[in-house]
Amino acid sequence: MKKFAKSHEWVEVEGKTAVVGISNHAQEELGDVVYVDLPEPGKEVKKGEVLCTIESVKAAADVYSPVSGKVLEVNKNLEEKPELVNESPESNGWLVKLEIVDESELSDLMDEEEYRKFCESEG
Amino acid sequence: MGKELKNSPLHNEHTRLKAKFTEFAGWYLPLEFEGTLKEHKAVREVAGVFDVSHMGEIIIEGPDAVKYADFLVTNDVTHLKPGQACYTPMCNENGGILDDLIVYKITTEKIMMVVNAANTDKDYKWITSHASDFDVEIRDVSNDYALIAFQGPKSEELLQSLSSVRLSTIPYYSFTYGRISGVPCMISRTGYTGEDGFEFYVDPEAAVILWRRLHDIVKTSGGALCGLGARDLLRLEAGYLLYGNDMDESTTPLEAGLSWTVKFEKGTFIGKEALLEKKKKGLEKRLRGIVVEDKGIPRPGDSIVVSNEEVGTITSGGFSPMLGKGIALAYLKIEYAKEGTDVGVVTKRKELKARVTKPSFYRGSVRSR
Repeated sequence: MKKFAKSHEWVEVEGKTAVVGISNHAQEELGDVVYVDLPEPGKEVKKGEVLCTIESVKAAADVYSPVSGKVLEVNKNLEEKPELVNESPESNGWLVKLEIVDESELSDLMDEEEYRKFCESEG
Repeated sequence: MGKELKNSPLHNEHTRLKAKFTEFAGWYLPLEFEGTLKEHKAVREVAGVFDVSHMGEIIIEGPDAVKYADFLVTNDVTHLKPGQACYTPMCNENGGILDDLIVYKITTEKIMMVVNAANTDKDYKWITSHASDFDVEIRDVSNDYALIAFQGPKSEELLQSLSSVRLSTIPYYSFTYGRISGVPCMISRTGYTGEDGFEFYVDPEAAVILWRRLHDIVKTSGGALCGLGARDLLRLEAGYLLYGNDMDESTTPLEAGLSWTVKFEKGTFIGKEALLEKKKKGLEKRLRGIVVEDKGIPRPGDSIVVSNEEVGTITSGGFSPMLGKGIALAYLKIEYAKEGTDVGVVTKRKELKARVTKPSFYRGSVRSR
């Protein structure tokens, strides 16, 4: 099940692996994505730190890691097809897979319904 | 709260089509309809329709209209024939650029200046306050016109089916009057995209009819309605400057790469002495193009460096779909402004390898002057 952060990232955990991407709402706000600056595998990030940067036609946006962990894999398809972030933000347009260290960090993230309400309240 | 934002006469159309909006120069305008990249591609390959009704229009009329317009701007207005137009900066006494605009010679006694939305009030005040020695009447007619641009390599072909005006007979930077889809317009072969195209000055009441008709023809031909996002990207690729970003009152046309619009050999004009002086003394900075070789996008405000020394600043930047690279306009210290110079662009996160180029990255179907 996906969990969402207030900064509009999602994370989906399977065992020790967390897949991270940005929400559909976030890609709509960003506009057409032209480049994703992905981290090197092995890089360690703490929850809330910058995980990668997405460049759209409008601006550069930092993506914050919704959980702490070590980068296992990045979505190589985004090198040739950054538009996957727009077309399929919550599936094929995933960004990074992390090895998570502390599952309790997921508890303050929102589920899909809570996140939808959060976006509505943000206007 | 600031001043209330102005809406275009086509605002309800844009809302109905669920455009994404943005604030620009005091106006609430469409940023994109279907996505900036798709709209950009449509204009490069077929045609795009833009609502640019926010632009300001100022009329100078009277026996001295041409003489006065020529005194206000750096380019030569006296040599234009009725039905011709020119692009020109308008400078203050120091040679600083007050605005960049298009001067249309409607008759030998009537000039229309089309100015940037953000500068309309400032320009109107400037123009009225320098007119005392000239027999002219000046009117801000911005509210009398909607302005729709139709741009792209197929623009002439697609429009011809809507008009009995022989569009092929209108040269670049010329204009005529006629109907497009029954709507009376001033039809101008001008644009801001690097492609061939036309701009239509129409009665705001009639603008919706024309807009819908143009929407119909782009829908069936692979074209698109376009927002400001595509407009900004297209003009950047074409190397066209944006007032407020790439020039302002602290820059002269000489530094901005607009020397071709400064006609020292014509009669006197505001800023002439200062510009001559500047030309004699030599420039300290110059606007150049920057092409990024690394992956990454330059943005306004990013610094340009050469071996850790800051040598310039980016004023416009973005991703060029035609080059598949980051491109930018930047002011560079003159000793680093040579084409081919290797430079670095310091973005928020890293330094990108880049090269100094001509400030024109892509030339499409646009006619030559």
